[in-house]
Amino acid sequence: MYRRTLLAAAGPLAATLGVLNRASPARAEAPGVTATEIKIGQTQAYSGPASAYGAIGRGLTAFFKRVNDGGGIAGRRINFISVDDGYMPPKAVEQTRRLVEQEGVSFLLNSLGTPSNSAVQKYLNQKKVPQLFVSSGADKWANPKEFPWTIGWQPSYRTEAQIYAKHILQNKPGGKLAVLYQNDDFGKDYVAGLRDVLGDRYDRMLAKAVSYEVTDPTIDSQIVTLQGSGADVLVTAATPKFSAQAIRKIYDLNWKPLHFLTNVSSSVAAVINPAGPERAVGIILGGYVKEVSDPAWENDPGMNEWRAFMKEYMPGADLADANYPFSYGVGGTTVQVLKQCDGDFSRENILKQATNLQTLQLPTLLPGITVSTSSTNYHPIRQLQMHRWNGTRWERFGNVIEGSGD
Amino acid sequence: MDEFLHQVLSGVASGGIYASVALALVMIFQATHHVNFAQGEMAMFSTFIALALIEAGVPYWGAFAITVLLSLILGAAIQRVLLTPMAGSPVLASVGVFIGLLLIFNSIAGWLFGYTLKPFPTPFEGPPVLGGFVTRHDLGSTAVTLAVLGGVYGFFRFTNLGLAMRAAAYNPVSSRLMGIRVGRMLALGWGLAAAIGAIAGMMVAPVVFLDPNMMSGVLLYAFAGALLGGISNPLGAVFGGFAIGVIENLAGAYLVGPELKLTLALAIIVAVLTVRPAGLFGRTVVSRV
Amino acid sequence: MRVLRFLAGLLFVAAAAGLAFAVSDYRLFQLTTVAVYAVAILGLALVTGFNGQISLGHGAFYAVGAYVTAILMAHYGVPYWATLPASAAICAALGFLIGLPALRLGGLYLALTTFALAVATPQLLKYHAFEGWTGGVQGLVLDKPDPPPGLPLPLNADQWLYLCTLGVSAVLFLLAANLVRGRIGLAMRAVRDHPLAAEATGIDVALLKTRTFAVSAMVTGVAGSMGAVAVGFVAPDSFTVMLSITLFVGLVVGGVASVAGPVFGGAFIAFLPNIAEDISKAAPGAVYGVVLIAFMFLLPSGVAGGLGRLLRRAARRPA
Repeated sequence: MYRRTLLAAAGPLAATLGVLNRASPARAEAPGVTATEIKIGQTQAYSGPASAYGAIGRGLTAFFKRVNDGGGIAGRRINFISVDDGYMPPKAVEQTRRLVEQEGVSFLLNSLGTPSNSAVQKYLNQKKVPQLFVSSGADKWANPKEFPWTIGWQPSYRTEAQIYAKHILQNKPGGKLAVLYQNDDFGKDYVAGLRDVLGDRYDRMLAKAVSYEVTDPTIDSQIVTLQGSGADVLVTAATPKFSAQAIRKIYDLNWKPLHFLTNVSSSVAAVINPAGPERAVGIILGGYVKEVSDPAWENDPGMNEWRAFMKEYMPGADLADANYPFSYGVGGTTVQVLKQCDGDFSRENILKQATNLQTLQLPTLLPGITVSTSSTNYHPIRQLQMHRWNGTRWERFGNVIEGSGD
Repeated sequence: MDEFLHQVLSGVASGGIYASVALALVMIFQATHHVNFAQGEMAMFSTFIALALIEAGVPYWGAFAITVLLSLILGAAIQRVLLTPMAGSPVLASVGVFIGLLLIFNSIAGWLFGYTLKPFPTPFEGPPVLGGFVTRHDLGSTAVTLAVLGGVYGFFRFTNLGLAMRAAAYNPVSSRLMGIRVGRMLALGWGLAAAIGAIAGMMVAPVVFLDPNMMSGVLLYAFAGALLGGISNPLGAVFGGFAIGVIENLAGAYLVGPELKLTLALAIIVAVLTVRPAGLFGRTVVSRV
Repeated sequence: MRVLRFLAGLLFVAAAAGLAFAVSDYRLFQLTTVAVYAVAILGLALVTGFNGQISLGHGAFYAVGAYVTAILMAHYGVPYWATLPASAAICAALGFLIGLPALRLGGLYLALTTFALAVATPQLLKYHAFEGWTGGVQGLVLDKPDPPPGLPLPLNADQWLYLCTLGVSAVLFLLAANLVRGRIGLAMRAVRDHPLAAEATGIDVALLKTRTFAVSAMVTGVAGSMGAVAVGFVAPDSFTVMLSITLFVGLVVGGVASVAGPVFGGAFIAFLPNIAEDISKAAPGAVYGVVLIAFMFLLPSGVAGGLGRLLRRAARRPA
């Protein structure tokens, strides 16, 4: 921190010496990149209502520390500057401008949240600063025509819902559908995805769709309403807390719909165990990351690698927190992009390589799920595999399914 | 008709949660004439302490008792250390301190215990009753809430200590002249409020699960309940809590949809307060010039 | 003394305007934010500090102001400057309406009712019936206004926006200072300190209170408008209950019954989060809370109150 303050204080001085500076040998090769360093920025929610996701920022920070301990990339150490936006869009704008204009980062990596990223998307695209691997499953990050400098990472919520809709059509074509969704972009993307596939059948199949607010203490009332609609298929587009509540209430009511959860709520530690493993039997969801608390991965080499990393670089961290394997995957993808850059770290080339990933495999992703991008495909991960809870673990079934992508 | 009844029952169950937290708000208001915005976060923190004890092998009721006692001490300590020096300051400065406390407890809990959702055990195990619409825990926690209500009501109504506490909050100067140790009364009030909050937290956590943001939504509804019933009256606050639970369920299911159920509940409260400014059961205090 | 104060204010604004040419665009954006927050807190100070009606829900007026500007700009192509009067008028009307039930509610009840208003705000903003206007949960993205052509000085968009915000803020602060120092300000404080006595002297307490609420909402609403343009984006998540609480924190830190206080408060809430996270990424909220409590301990009447006391003491001492 002191160093950064010093640098800030030295700013005006450096500006007056601008001409001199430009001629000096330690000049920047590209924005945010020198012969010894690559600066990467991130806005993250370390405070505020979404501070649970701060783990992603801490995980990535530790990840890049390991990269640097191993000699960095192309002889350059990664200077990962992750700053707090409190999940407030105005603060995200301020912090992003700080990263780009003050710190001079090369690109933004995995900044959190749909609202925060929406607030800075235009700015970053105008400035031609890559906004890589946005930490949000909204579908709108895959829009290369309008926003070529923005790309997501995880499978979009909408893609996931489309896959669920196909599953419903195959297995319960005559089912009556109920939907419980969080009243924000996350929940509404699931509704949109179901509509994409079901089309005009959506209204015919739909018995009832109800929303909840994140400030609601419980969703019991919504579940009662949905059960009363007589539906036999339920899609719960909810975060872990509300998914766990839904599982428990549905069990208590002795309602037995074909129940889909989102992969946001796949955690055994944070969803299944709180709700009760026996109550969740039969629940289906689409996954792409190896679920940390799933005993299936106890001896998995990829997860062992991750566990060794956690032990060395994040001692004391909560191993059940699904944000850590997520951030490990994002880190691995970023390293691959930088390696592919082959010494040319201009923003144009970084974007070019980020949109030129060929079936990249990552230790914390499910077998068969890969990261692929191209100049027209801005959905890095668009495969999922269906999981069913059998009472003790997630059982994967069927093939890896490719979403419709774009 | 069946569904309507179920919505009412599930509203009563949620209402019990709001009522239990509302009681802590009444306690602190009666004892200090302040509303502590950090009350919910303090309760959440206490619940984490209880969980740590249970995980360390302490049996449930033992952990329960220890947590209540620790919370009492913590609450009293906060009053002594942080609020006694603020005695001569403007009221708004105290509110600033409450907001600071809220941030501290929330942030420290996340740092110490993590943000992953955690299950919390209930002492009232067993299959649900009434077709699954009411769980044993709902019944048990409602009983606990009513017991706490009885305790608070009796304390303020029938004990000298309760009377002294109310006097100390109402008129510190005269109370001091009467020989009431106002400082101690305030500390005790904070302690008791924290203890009641801890009980509420331990009753809420099995339902909504434990994480550092567990109380943010609940506290809001508890405020609403306390306002509706009257924050100077424990009976009113408990009634208000239950009423809010039922109103929001019915409004969400039949009137305006879940999107606006909170807004509607709040509009109803404002309407009620406009007619009865001290809440349904509250007494309007007439002050002389 | 009054002339002196006015000159000091003028000097301050001139110095602030000079900064437009001295610091980076990013710093200018931060300073714009400080000015916006200062105005928002000024609105809150009028009703809470000078009139004694505690509001924990001023984020709602800020949000309405922001959305009025955003909707007019995004859907109707209205230029930025022309949205300010519209948002002022709408917020004033809204403030007046909300001030009506507030008349019946004293102290704590008013505080909690306005708090409820703040909680309901994001839910109303994303209500599906208004989605066509508000953009629902996705919000609205705004264009940053370009400086008009033909200015004597070449300005970039950040400098222009900063100077505009500073100008509007200075005018609002001047008006507020005049208001509270004049007859009406005296009446406002009389109602705060002794409502019955105030009524006995012939003040129409109800009218005064609702009008104060309206003016206060108007000022905070204009701040919202300026904030929306500075950020270039509005969404329900920008206007959660935390915004109202933050404004309140700015008020008590700056000094409740002071016109200069909101400037300190604005700087506090704009910069403290950055300092807090520099100290601890693990628990920035705790750092924020500790600093806030420390401020309340050391300066219970706010920065402005503390400075005022210091100045008075210095003035009493012979040179």
